[in-house]
Amino acid sequence: MERLFNFLYTYRAFFTFLLLEFFCSWLIIQNNQYQSTKYFNTSNSVVASINSTEESIREYFSLRDINAVLSKENSLLRNKLEERNQWLYLLKLNQTDSVLSKRFEYVNAKVVNNSTRYYKNFITIDRGTDAGIQPGMAVISSAGAVGKVKSVSEHYAVVISLLNIDELVSSVIKRTGHFGTVQWEGTNSSIASLKYIPRHVKPTVGDSVITSGYNAIFPPGIFIGRIKEFKLREEAPFYDIKVELAQDFGKLAFVEVIKYQQKKERDSLERSTIDDTK
Amino acid sequence: MTRNFILYIVSFVVYVLGQVFFKNLVMFNTGFCFLYVAFILLMPIETSNLFLMIAGFAIGFTVDIFYNSLGLHAFTMVFIAYLRNFWLGTITPQGGYDLGALPNLPSQGVQWFLVYAVPLVFIHHLILFLVESGGTLFWYSMLKTINSLMFTMTVIVILQYLVPQRSRA
Repeated sequence: MERLFNFLYTYRAFFTFLLLEFFCSWLIIQNNQYQSTKYFNTSNSVVASINSTEESIREYFSLRDINAVLSKENSLLRNKLEERNQWLYLLKLNQTDSVLSKRFEYVNAKVVNNSTRYYKNFITIDRGTDAGIQPGMAVISSAGAVGKVKSVSEHYAVVISLLNIDELVSSVIKRTGHFGTVQWEGTNSSIASLKYIPRHVKPTVGDSVITSGYNAIFPPGIFIGRIKEFKLREEAPFYDIKVELAQDFGKLAFVEVIKYQQKKERDSLERSTIDDTK
Repeated sequence: MTRNFILYIVSFVVYVLGQVFFKNLVMFNTGFCFLYVAFILLMPIETSNLFLMIAGFAIGFTVDIFYNSLGLHAFTMVFIAYLRNFWLGTITPQGGYDLGALPNLPSQGVQWFLVYAVPLVFIHHLILFLVESGGTLFWYSMLKTINSLMFTMTVIVILQYLVPQRSRA
């Protein structure tokens, strides 16, 4: 026994090294798993308030751009509203279906921390559980899809950016209606790739790629980007498609979190169906 | 000892804040500055492996919280902290180190300092980017590593000229 202790003591540095490295590896693996409530990240209020300070300095310099984007979105929404009112008037539908109107609810939020140059990028926003945000909700901007909520604290939330090599978004080519998966490649922050589009499809450059609504996170029809180029290698079962993202992630300032009211209902229905067929 | 310890804590806070406030400072989209590595690199030569690893873990973990990459920087910092003393032993100059000397630029000279710091910073960056990408994207990670290495080393060297350094612990 004494020799064992002597042995451990002689090599204490090496054993501490192993212990710490195992602990860190465990942390890395834990952190890779999706959607959880964690304390050691930027949703922590102390950390987030330091980030907010930094962001508010940066934001001051980009106010002009932010204002331009917001006013553009305002006018777009105003047009949409007007159009909608006219349709309602034409169809004499003054009352909307309450289920339909409550399916999605939007919460606006400000970006307090954002990165685009790592392989796994995250965005911190200034809304948390006090605004009803839960892990797994979709985040969009005026231009298109942004990501999904990973973890929340009381006042802040961390969002997995679309620019994260682990993030997969079920999507569809709008013109042809074929389904695929959008995933970022880790290098260029304005390009993502669209995978699993089979050979028989005929995509063209400029086709819109939108979310499919098959995964109960993004509502269907959220714009992701346009096809920039595509290749079909010999013998390959799927196309290699590059999609130019609609959102410039380097300029992200305001986002909207989508609360999908029927998510729980849909998830439990789908799960029970899967369980039945087993 | 206590005086040293207070100095460590102050420099810890300064390194972390510096890292956090300048974390969006990136050159050519691929060059990052991980200045906080200097916290471990510039500790006195006699510092024990154990202390280095614990300090490395602490600063890596703190930086991780801000980068949303729990465990990643801590992993690489522990690795560097473990390697540091072996590397110092390998590159001992003729006649050995002076008692209580610091492995920094004023006391050891530019040439020695580069030989000492460049490989360690290189390994740090390489592991960081490879682990982050999950082993894929090797060549892009290599590009990031080399650009970051140049950026980080430039900042570490310049800061040692700007901020007066002690040459003894």
